[in-house]
Amino acid sequence: MPKISMKVNGKTMSGEAEGRTLLAQFLREELDLTGTHIGCDTSQCGACVVHVDGVAVKSCTMFAAEAEGAEVTTIEGMANEDGSLSVIQQAFQDHHGLQCGFCTPGMVMSAAALLKDNPKPSEAEIRDYLEGNLCRCTGYHNIVKAIMAASGQDVGAIAAE
Amino acid sequence: MPKDHGIGASPKRREDVRFLTGKGRYTDDIDIHGQAYVHFLRSDVAHGRIKAVDTSAAEAAEGVIRVFTGADFEGVGGIPCGWQVTDRHGEPMQEPAHPVLAQGKVRHVGDPIAAVVAETYEQARDAAEKIVLDIEELPAVVDMKAALKDGAPKVHDDLTSNLCFDWGFVEENKDAVAEAFDKAHHVTTLDLVNQRLVANPMEPRVALSDYAAHSDESTLYTTSQNPHVIRLLMGAFVLGIPEHKLRVVAPDVGGGFGSKIFHYAEEAFCTFAAKQLKRPVKWTSSRSEAFMSDAHGRDHVTTIQLALDEEGHFQALRTDTHANMGAYLSTFSTSVPTWLHGVLMAGNYKTPLIYVNVKAVFTNTVPVDAYRGAGRPEATYQLERVIDKAAREMGIDPVELRRRNFITEFPYATPVAVEYDTGDYNATLDKALEIADVAGFDARAKASADKGLWRGLGMNCYIEACGIAPSALVGQLGARAGLYESATVRVNATGGLVVMTGSHSHGQGHETSFPQVIADMIGIDENMVEIVHGDTARVPMGMGTYGSRSLAVGGSAMVRAAEKVIAKAKRIAAHLMEAAPEDVELKDGAFSVAGTDKSVAWGDVCLAAYVPHNYPLEELEPGLEETAFYDPANFTYPAGAYICEVEVDPETGKVRVDRFTAADDFGNVVNPMIVDGQVHGGLAQGIGQALLEACAYDENGQLVSASYMDYAMPRADDLPMFQVDHSCQTPCTHNPLGVKGCGEAGAIGSPPALVNAVIDAMQRNGRDVTHIDMPLSPARVWTAMQG
Repeated sequence: MPKISMKVNGKTMSGEAEGRTLLAQFLREELDLTGTHIGCDTSQCGACVVHVDGVAVKSCTMFAAEAEGAEVTTIEGMANEDGSLSVIQQAFQDHHGLQCGFCTPGMVMSAAALLKDNPKPSEAEIRDYLEGNLCRCTGYHNIVKAIMAASGQDVGAIAAE
Repeated sequence: MPKDHGIGASPKRREDVRFLTGKGRYTDDIDIHGQAYVHFLRSDVAHGRIKAVDTSAAEAAEGVIRVFTGADFEGVGGIPCGWQVTDRHGEPMQEPAHPVLAQGKVRHVGDPIAAVVAETYEQARDAAEKIVLDIEELPAVVDMKAALKDGAPKVHDDLTSNLCFDWGFVEENKDAVAEAFDKAHHVTTLDLVNQRLVANPMEPRVALSDYAAHSDESTLYTTSQNPHVIRLLMGAFVLGIPEHKLRVVAPDVGGGFGSKIFHYAEEAFCTFAAKQLKRPVKWTSSRSEAFMSDAHGRDHVTTIQLALDEEGHFQALRTDTHANMGAYLSTFSTSVPTWLHGVLMAGNYKTPLIYVNVKAVFTNTVPVDAYRGAGRPEATYQLERVIDKAAREMGIDPVELRRRNFITEFPYATPVAVEYDTGDYNATLDKALEIADVAGFDARAKASADKGLWRGLGMNCYIEACGIAPSALVGQLGARAGLYESATVRVNATGGLVVMTGSHSHGQGHETSFPQVIADMIGIDENMVEIVHGDTARVPMGMGTYGSRSLAVGGSAMVRAAEKVIAKAKRIAAHLMEAAPEDVELKDGAFSVAGTDKSVAWGDVCLAAYVPHNYPLEELEPGLEETAFYDPANFTYPAGAYICEVEVDPETGKVRVDRFTAADDFGNVVNPMIVDGQVHGGLAQGIGQALLEACAYDENGQLVSASYMDYAMPRADDLPMFQVDHSCQTPCTHNPLGVKGCGEAGAIGSPPALVNAVIDAMQRNGRDVTHIDMPLSPARVWTAMQG
């Protein structure tokens, strides 16, 4: 099997992959980065979102080979250097933006991509952006709230805290 | 001021850190050295006779270790059903065999026929394509009423028909109910469908089994809400493995919503194959596979009738429901349309006479079992829709009609076998009306009209029975299990505690909320308490988490065990302080003797228990660890009122939920943040049912909604921010925490409010539409508008 190398969370990593191996699979099985989750097989659920060269992608829509030489960031690379939670991660914890945790890595990666492009998104913009990330636990209420809070907006007025 | 610790506080969830950093340990994240992978070849026809399965080419394929078929399981037990229903004539239900791999016939699309075990997943999948099947396709039954007609194809040849049971409840009331209908001033009748849904936890199911030949021990890692139940069902009924040789672990589990309660064939297969092959065997479901192998939910077709007097007082209620069982009986399938549904038909109301008839039917579809709410959403939907229809027919305000019939005195024995211990339905209704700003509706309706949209407002009440359940009662009703819960509280020598609970968290946050209770009882920091769950080797026994029972039943067991620990610790403290045990008090983490300045810290007592130098050894054993089993005296009865406002686009029929208010009475609340989150999630699933979701079969039994391309899951832009409140609290009277459970309320209470709101929008705009079946898709709503 061909050997593939990429820079993942700042470290050069390599592993073997068949031509048909998806990036999501490669991260989980070859690199043991099991924080990236696989929740569907039609690229709908978004649990596998990672950043490839700074762009949010569903890692089930890319072959591992396509990411050869790329810079990849996964949920394992999102905490601060000292290990503390980043602003977005902390906001998810503060506002109970996760329950079972399975969709969470994809949500955090999508949220980070959104806030990079749109530092102060409205509720409607957040909901629109998250259209490709399914969550079955939270009803999205607290995810939306967490992302607004992470962007520095006052969420005190949002009901049902 | 909100509390900052203990019961009533909302500490941040400790489990979140691992989930937010990618360090969760879900079943698929576990690999065992040398593991093989299994791929199941599943039926692509709904009904057929298996004439031959030729596995020779597959067995010769690269990497294949072995191919299994139904023949390999002939001496093995079938997947059992955990609840035997007795029909209206006193006869037991018809209970078909459910082999691990199909034998003789396939009975639904997705029924597993063969299993290929190979060195890699890809090899297993590739080899499965080389299996040659000779299946004679048979006519399929999909529609329940057609399945009951004479001459309909039989799903199970050895049963007398496709009728699993014909259940009447309460059968003795039937004639009195009919008489009340004959005399009634007004009768409202409604035909409705509670459509089939798929639970869809975001984590697909996984099973990984390991076998240790030297000790003859099997270990199964599985995505389960109740590992002990799986150990019992799989060990005792399927594979014949005694419990001391079988360990079941359910690590981090990515949501369940009921679908991970049941014992599934894939778990038994992996455990069986691991032992045969002397290798670990792993199965990871794809989402497409999940759609055709996870038990589905709901799927009831009902006619409901409500009899009223001139003032709108309910005189009698009767329902006639067909409930789809699918092709086999899943673990709790038969309890859902009966004891989790019929006993809720009184709702929040003083209806003196009720008769519920349920015909459970086998069809060539995926088995149907409990999904968030399980029977109670079906009951609530019928009842709250027919009440709304009756209100319109009689010209009575729907809020007023409900108030007129509310149960207001407790305890209240319903005519359908349960006794509500406590509640205040006017309080939650008043709260919902206040938060929803119903007074401002007209202004909002005008604003909508200015945009060319129709605004409607709908409401409903609900009650549910949670905290399942008194074992003696459910035993009489047909349950083949006790429904207690267990907990062990282990105090370490330096004062920290570990609680081993039979409840299981798959998103509910037990690791955070359970310590809040213990911390309050002892007066110590929550961080001194660790929760262990999900492992039969570490937790003595567990019936698991479903039916909103974790805190009400599992939490109560934990409280009972902690009480025993405290009682023993007080005796140790009494010895240390040379006082009588009955004079010792525990407060803020210290024991003291009333009326003196004597005091000894919690930690010192714990140390004495394990270093018993100065210790009453003649009276007490060393150590500080206690186990309790808690069997509830009654169900708990959360209740509330929900209000929904929608905007309907008359051009397209598209419905948008603009406002949704939920006022719930959950009794006492341990962690308000977690309770809010549970309600939010339930609301999303209820709104999903009302507006979007449908599991659809065509007339040949092909599953046409088998991926997220076709099954409409609620997405972030389908939902509004929710207004939720649980400040109305009538504590449960029979469990030590006074808690009722909050996990299912949102899913139970929300569909009727939404449908009532859409009907309201229609009526306000001159359309004589009295009912639209869920999901209220644009096509259905638009068609209904055209009259």
